[in-house]
Amino acid sequence: MSPFAIGYFGALIGASSLAAWSGRREALVGAFLLLVVSAFAGIVWGGAALRWITLVVALGAAAVGLAYSFRAFLAAVLPRDAARAIRSAPLTASFGLLTILAYIVTAVFAPAIAPFGESQIVGGAFAPPDDRMLLGGDQLGRDLFSRIVYGARNTVGIAFVTTVLTFLLGGALGLLAATVGGWVDQLLSRLVDVLMAIPQLIFALLLLTIFGTEVVTLILVIAVLDSTRVYRLSRAVAVNIVVMDYIEAAKLRGETLWWLITREILPNATAPLIAEFGLRFCFVFLTIAGLSFLGLGIQPPTADWGSMVRDNAQLISFGEVTPLIPAAAIALLTVAVNFVVDWMLQRSSGLKD
Amino acid sequence: MSVWSLLAKRLGLGILTLFAVSLLIFGAVEALPGDIAQQVLGQTATPDALAALRREMGLDRPAVLRYVDWLVGAAQGEFGVSMANRRPVADMIGPRLLNTLFLASVAAAIAVPLSIGLGVMAALWRGTTFDRTANVATLTSISSPEFFLGYILILFLAVQNPVFPSISNINPTMSFGDRLYRTMLPALTLTLVVTAHMMRMTRAAIINLLASPYIEMARLKGMPPAIVILRHALPNALAPIINVVAINLAYLITGVVLVEVVFVYPGVGQLLVDSVSRRDFPVVQACCLIFAATYVLLNLSADVLAILSNPRLRRPKT
Amino acid sequence: MARNQHPLLEIRDLRIEGYADEKWFEIVHGVDLTLHRGEVLGLIGESGAGKSTIGLAAMGYTRDGCRISGGTITFDGIELTSTPEEVRRSLRGARIAYVAQSAAASFNPAHRLIDQHTEAPVQHGARSRRESAEDAVALYRRLRLPNPDEIGFRYPHQVSGGQLQRCMTAMAMSCRPDLIIFDEPTTALDVTTQIEVLAAIRDIVEQFGTAAIYITHDLAVVAQMADRIKVLLKGREVEEAETRVMLDAPREEYTRSLWAVRSFARAQNQPPAPSETPVVSVRGVTAAYGATTVLRDVSFDMHQGRTVAVVGESGSGKSTAARVITGLLPPVSGGVMLDGAPLPGDFRRRTREQLRQVQMIYQMADTALNPRQRIGEIIGRPVEFYLGLRGVKRKQRVDELLDQIELDPSKYYERYPAELSGGQKQRIGIARALAAEPKFIICDEVTSALDQLVAEGILKLLDRLQRELGLAYMFITHDLATVRAIADEVVVMKDGQVVEAGPKDQMFEPPHHPYTDLLLSSVPEMDPDWLTRLLQARGVENIGEAASARMDGG
Repeated sequence: MSPFAIGYFGALIGASSLAAWSGRREALVGAFLLLVVSAFAGIVWGGAALRWITLVVALGAAAVGLAYSFRAFLAAVLPRDAARAIRSAPLTASFGLLTILAYIVTAVFAPAIAPFGESQIVGGAFAPPDDRMLLGGDQLGRDLFSRIVYGARNTVGIAFVTTVLTFLLGGALGLLAATVGGWVDQLLSRLVDVLMAIPQLIFALLLLTIFGTEVVTLILVIAVLDSTRVYRLSRAVAVNIVVMDYIEAAKLRGETLWWLITREILPNATAPLIAEFGLRFCFVFLTIAGLSFLGLGIQPPTADWGSMVRDNAQLISFGEVTPLIPAAAIALLTVAVNFVVDWMLQRSSGLKD
Repeated sequence: MSVWSLLAKRLGLGILTLFAVSLLIFGAVEALPGDIAQQVLGQTATPDALAALRREMGLDRPAVLRYVDWLVGAAQGEFGVSMANRRPVADMIGPRLLNTLFLASVAAAIAVPLSIGLGVMAALWRGTTFDRTANVATLTSISSPEFFLGYILILFLAVQNPVFPSISNINPTMSFGDRLYRTMLPALTLTLVVTAHMMRMTRAAIINLLASPYIEMARLKGMPPAIVILRHALPNALAPIINVVAINLAYLITGVVLVEVVFVYPGVGQLLVDSVSRRDFPVVQACCLIFAATYVLLNLSADVLAILSNPRLRRPKT
Repeated sequence: MARNQHPLLEIRDLRIEGYADEKWFEIVHGVDLTLHRGEVLGLIGESGAGKSTIGLAAMGYTRDGCRISGGTITFDGIELTSTPEEVRRSLRGARIAYVAQSAAASFNPAHRLIDQHTEAPVQHGARSRRESAEDAVALYRRLRLPNPDEIGFRYPHQVSGGQLQRCMTAMAMSCRPDLIIFDEPTTALDVTTQIEVLAAIRDIVEQFGTAAIYITHDLAVVAQMADRIKVLLKGREVEEAETRVMLDAPREEYTRSLWAVRSFARAQNQPPAPSETPVVSVRGVTAAYGATTVLRDVSFDMHQGRTVAVVGESGSGKSTAARVITGLLPPVSGGVMLDGAPLPGDFRRRTREQLRQVQMIYQMADTALNPRQRIGEIIGRPVEFYLGLRGVKRKQRVDELLDQIELDPSKYYERYPAELSGGQKQRIGIARALAAEPKFIICDEVTSALDQLVAEGILKLLDRLQRELGLAYMFITHDLATVRAIADEVVVMKDGQVVEAGPKDQMFEPPHHPYTDLLLSSVPEMDPDWLTRLLQARGVENIGEAASARMDGG
């Protein structure tokens, strides 16, 4: 048994005992389960597995610590109402907020953060990591780290623009259908039914075959296809608001459609729509990443996470982790947004009871 | 309204949707700038060559007639000829469709029981550590792109610990066991994605159900927890759970395309992606129609089963 | 009543907490309760008084998100808060039973009624399945359910609400419990159905000598059912007394205020001159939702400075009549006249001036005011929209209106509806209608969602405004006490038709149409002997659904 393994199991046994002694039930269960899993993994896969587990646990602990201190920080600096909301937020939500903030900073200051240009060739193809190239080179010898930083700008930026378009289109039509009702509602809803009867990725592939894979085409295709879901949601939300007596009162007063939608309905629909914006962003982001991974999304030489995974995938068969980093970057942002949305949804449903 | 008229209505709607979908898929290609012949031959083609190709592909006939021909052919399993290699599209798709169905079935066979079990457990043990861990884990899994999960599985289960092959090169001559073995990694990837969705939805459905006044009434009649669940919750849980399963099986369709590419699995998804890059329109149309039809049918069967399992509809008022 | 023996249920200093906003809040603050065998205790209070929570706690049960944080609950010598869950479970259904407000939601849709009935006796070992099924039929007969031999074999959705509520009472009786908790059992029912259920419950409770806790917000109902009444307010006891004592001489100010509404009555106005043009006239209106006709040849007039009360049960078409007048539902035939001139059927084709003259006040003030607009904006918008006032002039007019509804402009102008009480919200609804300076206002059940005292304030305000501004009111209501208080004329509706119409003083004097008679006699009065007298006068077979059915038949 290596000294590492001895230290590893010693620390776990110590942690379990400490948890048991201080009566922390959840910590005890967690530590002991980890002990059992580690023993099993250690026997089957040897010391490497233990190092992986240590890495994962350490990362998890770091994330928890970061989230915890960020929540305390926000509660300290924000105005009173917001601080109260933040203090009762779960750690996952504060982790999500912090992560989203980090992505925004990276995207905005990409040229300052990245040591090299987006498509600047720095070394040899698949050059190993060194002092100059933090994560090594890609298949053309460009700096992988710089490209990941620029990817934040491109991938996230394109997904964000697409989501905004999706919302403008789907939200406007959904609110209109709910408010006007009648044949407008019927027509739009049946159209959306048909569009939604084709799986989205498949439909996107069909349309991209026809219209080509320019970035603008990509944004428009995804925005139109995804707006069907926003339409459904905003219509459903608005239908519940439209039956309210204050809408009837406004209608009977003789208010215009524009007034009804913008002054009476929209202010009451913001909470679910913001949550939906988060979820839609995740979905659009994953769809674009998926298309880019298939080589049909964002085209080279633009740095983009989906296509970076595809281009460097062969390294994985040599046990390299670097191609997974852009994929992890995608996952991390989606997780973060989902965490925040989850919290918001729980808050708004909790207020109803 | 009686069950039968409701069912008939839903079936009629399903057929109508299928027609609309086929029209959309056919029409989308018609909307191509220029036409297919122009696309194939490029801008520099001579008018003679264009005319010849158009005649060969039947493009000189009206669109309505071509649509009817295409639809009638599709109904009989004929999808025309590939533009890339002049082989009948049906021959290209046939064996791959079986492979894709095999992959999806394996994934579903693992995911459905697993996620319903976990979902019911999370609902019953709401607020416990198990529930909260499951919440974070499923959110993470949902948030990860399919290719990320796929490559992680490859890294751990194929490269670092060679348990399963990283490339799922199956062919019809293999034994069932061998096929299953080679399909395992893509199937596991799909399972990870779908289980997360399905489990969350099952949990929500069960929690919603347990909040019903009749469940409280059963408790207030002094029924033990096991009977409350088995006799009062379960018969009513069928409809929502069936719905959850159908929705997620439909979701598998999207997942299958990406996963097949990651594992170089010889299925319809892979063919679709290749054909899109080659702009092989007849093949793309055929693949889209097959995926869309499966999707429509799954959603249709969910609705039908939901109607059939609703006690209020099954037993009319008088 | 034997008061010397030890009580069946004794609750001491009961405290219950609810979980909201990540914190535990006390919602019941130390309530005592004593109940002897065979006794019926009425628990009354407004919503949020903690009635249902206390009722469930008497079974040792709390809903999710609630917990008992202090005090004792002793049922027949067993302390429920400290006893194991198994013991509590063996009591529930067997010795303490529960009747819920919504029978339709509380029966499992997947099982037959009789299977749900026999479940508890079999589980608790009280009776065999067959015995219990036979007993169920006997109970159904006793509760005067139609087809008692057959009704148990139906599924819940195949049985009407009033019948389902009686089936649930039968189910509660299945083990012959010592105590039944009735949690607002008739609140969701129409008045004519309610009386049938009340009679059945009282009869069966008396027959088996079962003790009961009867929870309701309706004083007249509890007066019929309870031996003693306990009044609750925000989780605290206000007072408790014998029913007759409580009705005759309430001690506390709050209790007196609950009784007070009955004191407001306005003199009936002189009938209008025959030559006077009605402000609004409904002429032979037939209206339909799709293929279903909901109004048949409905006609009535409303004059300046007078109130027409339109009464009827749910589904009678009284709200539909309002929708036709406002133009939300264009009629199939017939029409509405405003000052003798025809109004277009669809509100979208009416002029701004026509829209201004017909205003509406809604039942639920919560849904009638946009929660995202400040009070100043809610009232200011019609001022600006109809009268074209802006800036300072608009503000002045809104202040005047707020003064008219007796709310201080400086305090309320900037507030959101959520920061107002129910009665204040309803006043804002009135101010919004007044802001248009109309001739005619439709009041749709404007007091039924409010507590009695607040409701009285609203009625007084509406009366004062009518006298000052000469408004015509159409008052839609199902509450005859309100009708007595403010109406000049009454229109009785049933199944989309006007059954009877005339001046108020004639309507409350016989003879009249049999349906009016049934409706009037079904409304509970504050007299504890009312139900007894009514049953003697009409006979048990001539009330509720049975009576309506006979009327429809011939």
